[in-house]
Amino acid sequence: MRTFSLTLNVWRQKSASEPGKFVTYKAPNVSEHMSFLEMLDVVNDDLILTGGEPIVFDHDCREGICGSCGFMINGIAHGPNRATTVCQLHMRSFKDGEELWLEPWRSAAFPVVKDLAVDRSAFDRVIAAGGFVTAPTGSAVDGNAILVPKPDADLAMDAAACIGCGACVASCPNGSAALFSAAKIGHLGFLPQGQPERDNRVLAMVEQVTLEGFGHCTSTGECEAVCPKGIQISYIARMNRDYLKASIAKRPEASVGGSG
Amino acid sequence: MSATSAGAASPPTAPSFYKATIGKKVVMALTGTVGAGFVVVHMAGNLGVMGGAESFNRYAAFLKTSMLVLWAARLVLLGSVVLHIRAALQLYALKAAARPVPYAKKAYRAATPASRFMIWSGSALGAFLVFHILHFTTGTLHPSFIEGNVFHNVTSEFQKPLIAGVYLVSMAFLFLHLRHGLYSLTQSLGLSHPRYVNTAKLVANALAFVVAAGFASVPLAVLTAVVR
Ligand code: HEM
Ligand code: FES
Repeated sequence: MRTFSLTLNVWRQKSASEPGKFVTYKAPNVSEHMSFLEMLDVVNDDLILTGGEPIVFDHDCREGICGSCGFMINGIAHGPNRATTVCQLHMRSFKDGEELWLEPWRSAAFPVVKDLAVDRSAFDRVIAAGGFVTAPTGSAVDGNAILVPKPDADLAMDAAACIGCGACVASCPNGSAALFSAAKIGHLGFLPQGQPERDNRVLAMVEQVTLEGFGHCTSTGECEAVCPKGIQISYIARMNRDYLKASIAKRPEASVGGSG
Repeated sequence: MSATSAGAASPPTAPSFYKATIGKKVVMALTGTVGAGFVVVHMAGNLGVMGGAESFNRYAAFLKTSMLVLWAARLVLLGSVVLHIRAALQLYALKAAARPVPYAKKAYRAATPASRFMIWSGSALGAFLVFHILHFTTGTLHPSFIEGNVFHNVTSEFQKPLIAGVYLVSMAFLFLHLRHGLYSLTQSLGLSHPRYVNTAKLVANALAFVVAAGFASVPLAVLTAVVR
């Protein structure tokens, strides 16, 4: 088993209201089989044993599905490997003696909680604005009662792969949440169940994105290049199309309607 | 619809449409398209310089056949430029506010310099636009301006390497601005589609190159004494 050592420059910040700074740590005896977060666990063990404050970072599933983890490694969200969350990133991707810079997502909409952990509640509020279908609950619907063409199902699934980690916002030169919102709007928009609220959904979610203060999309493609789920910016074009269409064609609701 | 359904019940108004960054980008894309259409036609017209003084001056006079049409076109162009710049500045302010703390280290995997520096290539074009109008349209900055003798106005100035250089550098900015802008507008207007995206990028690059190279050929031809 190959072991090696690294130099880490880690952003340390006590809270959103206090200024932060980089602190340099040595990570000796890094095993190539460790994940990046396990490597930080070992650094934190040493910090705790020597009376220091452990480095705070978000994590939960550690298998790339929950979207909790994520920070910048040398200026790239989730580090050097494509389509990989930082919890899935293995230390074999690094070389002995490398110097790494770890920074939290930098976005006004994602205030730093502590060190590398940021508050992504803004994403939750965007979802709450319209990222769902208003379905009656109760007994399960028959399978295949609603037919979905295979290409549409695939596209919906690809969009639904978004884990809401925030890497798109973090890596966008404009701090735009276009890829996230486009994925959430897109995955319902490709399905028949998403049609009744399609206009409302895009209008409401885009409005919430505006309120949260995210930047605009310049089609740089940086978001899709770092997205751990490989979500493509074609969904952004589709969101823009939906937004335009809803803005132009949405019908007002009659105060009394449907009575014939 | 019940209170738990997704989103707003009433259709959006024009101000609320523009409030979203998507709305601003739609305005940028539409006004940018007007500008792009203009530069294509303008470039093609300029190539007439190669045909000599008489035909080029006749073409220039033809453009002023109807003052009504001329001023209508100028108004549309001016309006587009104003709306384009207004949206650009507003988006720039929003983007600055969206990331108040910059990264100490930031690397780019996909973003091209042309896509990241649209505001700067655009600003260079804005400055060029002002100079260009004062130079060849009003003649304010032209040392030997002759109303109606467009061939003379152009060739006398492009013999000066400094002036020709200013135009050539500006056309490099135009190339950068258009090569990204012409692709980006297909995203902004929701016209982009995975099946055609590579074609769109290719067309954007080709069109940007043809326009910039076509414009640049005029000062180059004068500078090298091919046209005098
Ligand atoms: C010859 C004149 C110009 C033409 C033909 C032109 C064309 C375009 C086009 C087609 C776009 C793409 C819109 C989109 O992304 O959807 C664009 C974007 C842009 N233009 Fe221009 N433009 C011109 C002048 C200017 C000027 C004077 C500025 C002044 C600041 C400017 C600033 C920008 C910016 C910042 C963007 C990118 C917006 C963004 O996505 O961040 N442009 N332009
Ligand atoms: S910890 Fe769940 S995705 Fe990384």
